[in-house]
Amino acid sequence: MSGTANPALTPVKNPGNATRLSRRRKRTDLVIRSLSLVATGIGLVFLASILITLFVKGFGAMNLSVFTEVTKPPGSEGGLLNAIVGSLIQVVLATLIGTPIGMLVGTYLAEYARDSRFGDVVRFVSDILLSAPSILIGLFVYQLLVLPFGGFSGWAGVAALAIIIIPIVVRTTEDMLSLIPNTLREAVIGLGSPKWKMIVLVSWRSALSGIITGVLLGIARIAGETAPLLFTSLGNNAWSTNLSAPMPSLPITIYSYAGSPFQDWIELAWAGALIITLAVLLLNIGARSLLGRGK
Amino acid sequence: MSHSATSDTTTARPNIGAMQARSGAALNEAKLAIKDLDFYYGAHKALKGIGLDIPARQVTGMIGPSGCGKSTLLRVLNRMYSLYPGQRAEGQVLLDGENIIEPGVDLNGLRSKIGMVFQKPTPFPMTIYENIAFGVRLHEQLSKAQMDERVEWALARAALWSEAKDRLNTSAMGLSGGQQQRLCIARTIAVRPEVILFDEPTSALDPISTLKIEELIDELKRDFTIAIVTHNMQQAARCADQVAFFYLGELVEVAPAGQLFTAPRHPKTQEYITGRFG
Repeated sequence: MSGTANPALTPVKNPGNATRLSRRRKRTDLVIRSLSLVATGIGLVFLASILITLFVKGFGAMNLSVFTEVTKPPGSEGGLLNAIVGSLIQVVLATLIGTPIGMLVGTYLAEYARDSRFGDVVRFVSDILLSAPSILIGLFVYQLLVLPFGGFSGWAGVAALAIIIIPIVVRTTEDMLSLIPNTLREAVIGLGSPKWKMIVLVSWRSALSGIITGVLLGIARIAGETAPLLFTSLGNNAWSTNLSAPMPSLPITIYSYAGSPFQDWIELAWAGALIITLAVLLLNIGARSLLGRGK
Repeated sequence: MSHSATSDTTTARPNIGAMQARSGAALNEAKLAIKDLDFYYGAHKALKGIGLDIPARQVTGMIGPSGCGKSTLLRVLNRMYSLYPGQRAEGQVLLDGENIIEPGVDLNGLRSKIGMVFQKPTPFPMTIYENIAFGVRLHEQLSKAQMDERVEWALARAALWSEAKDRLNTSAMGLSGGQQQRLCIARTIAVRPEVILFDEPTSALDPISTLKIEELIDELKRDFTIAIVTHNMQQAARCADQVAFFYLGELVEVAPAGQLFTAPRHPKTQEYITGRFG
């Protein structure tokens, strides 16, 4: 029974055996490492080819008129100004509406409804909303705000994007608040603080960088959403800041231009795609650095 | 921890002589009187018929093995348990004659009178100054000058002023563990409570910081009534005027510190303090 049970634990008696064992281990290591590298390589190839194509075509199509001109008929020198501004307006408003709602729901879940049945239901529904296909949310808002009010509008687009960002903010807020140790809460309460002051002055403050990160990631998500806008703000080829009328946006413009037969429109679509990608990239970097600082 | 750290606290070093003198001293009249107190976590009865007087401006130590109910009792005294549905107390806890476990007691007012220091330091994510001012602002409206004065007073009483005075506007998270715990003590006394509850205040600290906190407790009892839960019997012997021994949710024995540690009446106490269990 001496050496056979577990070769790794017994002293080496036969040097030749040990060498063979070591050679086999090295071979296994090589195989696993190669497989991992190949898999990583495949993933990176796709990612890199997307990014390279996007950067080459996008920067190729980029010029000043992209930012100074509105979308125009094919053949005339057009830009994306109205789409950029329309996207900004809708994303900013959706964030302003969705963030407070999401934060308060997340706060309710983490601070008031931790062990309650109702809290579990709310959490479950919010998680479903988080993974719901965004086109469904577009259709929902279409039924709710477009049909009854007689037409596509910027407000409807804002509503659809807000509904998408709310569950993202709910989740991050709840997660970040749950990380706060209960002893910190008790320390605040122990000083004679009412619960709402504890939440506003200590819990939120402790979780702030995490919540902002969630909001930034949420913005990054809704900035690229196309489907929910198709049924709501529709898109608009003219300059429009009227939220009661159809409103242009970058994703919708990319969607309609990229499929068009006109070379200059296709180029504008590439430029728009690059702009969105860079904006989302910046938001992600911002979110990461904030989260890193919070830790 | 710099060299200046020691300068605050060298004045009030308790010694064996003082402890022996203390053991003979009579106990003051009760600030808190606990009578027939039962406590439940849901269906589980965690405290059974506790009766205990906590004398004014003296230190009451609570000792016993884990799960014996000593921390639970402390959390009854400032109604911390009321945060959690399913936890309830029955009986009487009289603070200057008024039963504080009745429904309808103003909890925020009560907690301004009965402060608490926790096991782990819990600095708030704000500056040192704001940490102290936070609690004061909950109960009083002070001018800037008055607040400055209060913050300095509280930090000085907690033996932290000399270390903190040049960094009042920096984050409290940058302090060492021992400094953070003294900050928490300063934050508690800044509200000017009548009673301070310490829940194993040194179990997360190194020996030097522990010594400082103990010296501080000795110094604070001139003005405050103190109850301290500790796992450390030497600490109870060093700090407390009166010691209560808990076991399985019951108060087994309470006596002046010198008496409990030298001549316990109950065999269970004897076993515990000689280290046979717990």
